[in-house]
Amino acid sequence: MATVTAPRRSRRTVRRVEKRQGTRDRLVVAAMVGIPTLLVIWLVWLPALASVALSFTKWNGFKLSGIEWVGTQNYTDIVTIYPPFWPAIQNNVIWLVFLFVFPTIFGILLAVILDREMRGSRFYQTAFYLPVVLSMALVGFIWQLFYSTDQGLINAVFGTNIDWYGDPDINLWSVLVATAWRHTGYIMLIYLAGLKGVDASLREAAAVDGASEVKTFFHVILPVMRPINMIVLVIVVIESLRAFDLVWIINKGRNGLELISALVTQNVIGEATRYGFGSALAVIMMIISTVFIAIYLRIVFREERG
Amino acid sequence: MSATTTTPSTPATAKASVHTGAGGVMSKRRGTVATAVMLFLALLWLFPLLWSLYNSFRDYSYTQTNGYLSFGGWTLDNYQNAWSRGNFGLHLKNSLLITVPAVALTLFLSSMVAFVLARFSYRFNLTLLGVFLAANLLPPQALLIPVFKMFREIPLPTFMSESGTMLNSFWALILVNTAFQMGFCTFVLSNYMKTLPYEIYESAQMDGASVWRQYWQLTMPLVRPALAALATLQVTWIYNEFFWATVLISRGDKLPITSALNNLRGQFFQDTNLVAAGSIIVALPVLIVFFVLQKQFVSGLTMGSTKG
Repeated sequence: MATVTAPRRSRRTVRRVEKRQGTRDRLVVAAMVGIPTLLVIWLVWLPALASVALSFTKWNGFKLSGIEWVGTQNYTDIVTIYPPFWPAIQNNVIWLVFLFVFPTIFGILLAVILDREMRGSRFYQTAFYLPVVLSMALVGFIWQLFYSTDQGLINAVFGTNIDWYGDPDINLWSVLVATAWRHTGYIMLIYLAGLKGVDASLREAAAVDGASEVKTFFHVILPVMRPINMIVLVIVVIESLRAFDLVWIINKGRNGLELISALVTQNVIGEATRYGFGSALAVIMMIISTVFIAIYLRIVFREERG
Repeated sequence: MSATTTTPSTPATAKASVHTGAGGVMSKRRGTVATAVMLFLALLWLFPLLWSLYNSFRDYSYTQTNGYLSFGGWTLDNYQNAWSRGNFGLHLKNSLLITVPAVALTLFLSSMVAFVLARFSYRFNLTLLGVFLAANLLPPQALLIPVFKMFREIPLPTFMSESGTMLNSFWALILVNTAFQMGFCTFVLSNYMKTLPYEIYESAQMDGASVWRQYWQLTMPLVRPALAALATLQVTWIYNEFFWATVLISRGDKLPITSALNNLRGQFFQDTNLVAAGSIIVALPVLIVFFVLQKQFVSGLTMGSTKG
């Protein structure tokens, strides 16, 4: 009797244990995904929705009962009577175009050249992406050594007396040059990694066919690199939309250095707290970035499925 | 991206290490020209940092009388001055107290999500990844107002925050940085985990290992290279984070070093040599990380963009 029941009982226990473990495992999985997801929803997605909702209101940020529904008033005000808005849009666009035309293309060029067998290639790579580890705020500090009116290197060399960070006609360009110093290495790094994945036989085949190096690059390498090119484009757009640190540290985004990101911030921690108005500016930022985030996710997920 | 289509099964770090000429050899003459141009450009790129280093050792009155293009006037006073006037000890400590927990939390939480994404196939996997990844790309300013207001209303006991609210506390910065950085880390880690052979989980399952054990004792040791790369990258990013610290911390003594630069600007910009010394001090932690863990830094950065 005992010999017959014992295995049966143990089998039952095993099944029970398995079942219990199954439930526990499911709970563990739920917690492993649930806790991080809740954190992101709490600090990113709910605030994003709240920004949209607040953008249709007027609120000085004190009592919740002080929230007043104003419809699209904030948006109308922004485009019609808010003086820094259009300069900010213009500066953001200049920022984007500049980053794209100079440091991005330059970074790609460097990557293509450094992709070759070249003595000291590692040293050059290190030199170019060294600024990538520095914060933009610090980059602003370091470039003060060049831009300072009375103690800066540029004015000392050329005998000029220009306030590179202060003059509203040129400070945007000074800031962009400093940004480019850091941006170039970043793009170079991403592009190098991409180039490394290009099949060497493609290049050889092109060389055998007698295609010149320039031709090979434009007709063979560039098409193969399409996904990377798109990623780089999205990075440039998002980076130029996010640009903030450098202008904030120079003059809190005024006087020639208006950027949308700085305008949003000014409306919250500046002299006036205009939450509704600031939110409307934030939503404008969000809409522009959403388009590019969607492009980015599409590329990434196509790879994911493929 | 194309990296993945040609060599899908290679683990990420192998591909992302520092590059060594896959693009073929150049002709000799062209090679010499290219080398000369590259050398010039590389020195140009290093110049701002070298110039800071050079001037950080020079005396203010010496450079005032002899001009900046002179040579000499050596002193260490700038460092001492910058350190005490900028209160760098305090701010570096604040940075440490924010960066270390934030990086640990980010890696812990994102590795859990990544594990579930890589180990189990659910219908909502892609959506979930999208939720995290998009959060990583949104401009933080777009979320400022609700986050700011919310943190001001959340009370914390005084032993956690002297101000009594989330605002002005390190907790706020740790959580915000974690929430924003998780997307990137989840993405990189789940891709890395997908390269692990599935059989190890089958045999672990047979041995009756729980999901938690499969995660903590089986998967985590295997993804150590990816964790190291991400940790390096996240330390520099969170140390460099400027925006959230600037808006969420208004008390000067609570600021981490990168945002503290904003307050130092007024008193430092009068004396460029002081700016130089301050910059070198602030750059030093990330430069050390960079030179010691260069390989990890580079592979972390490229893993995300080219999807290892």
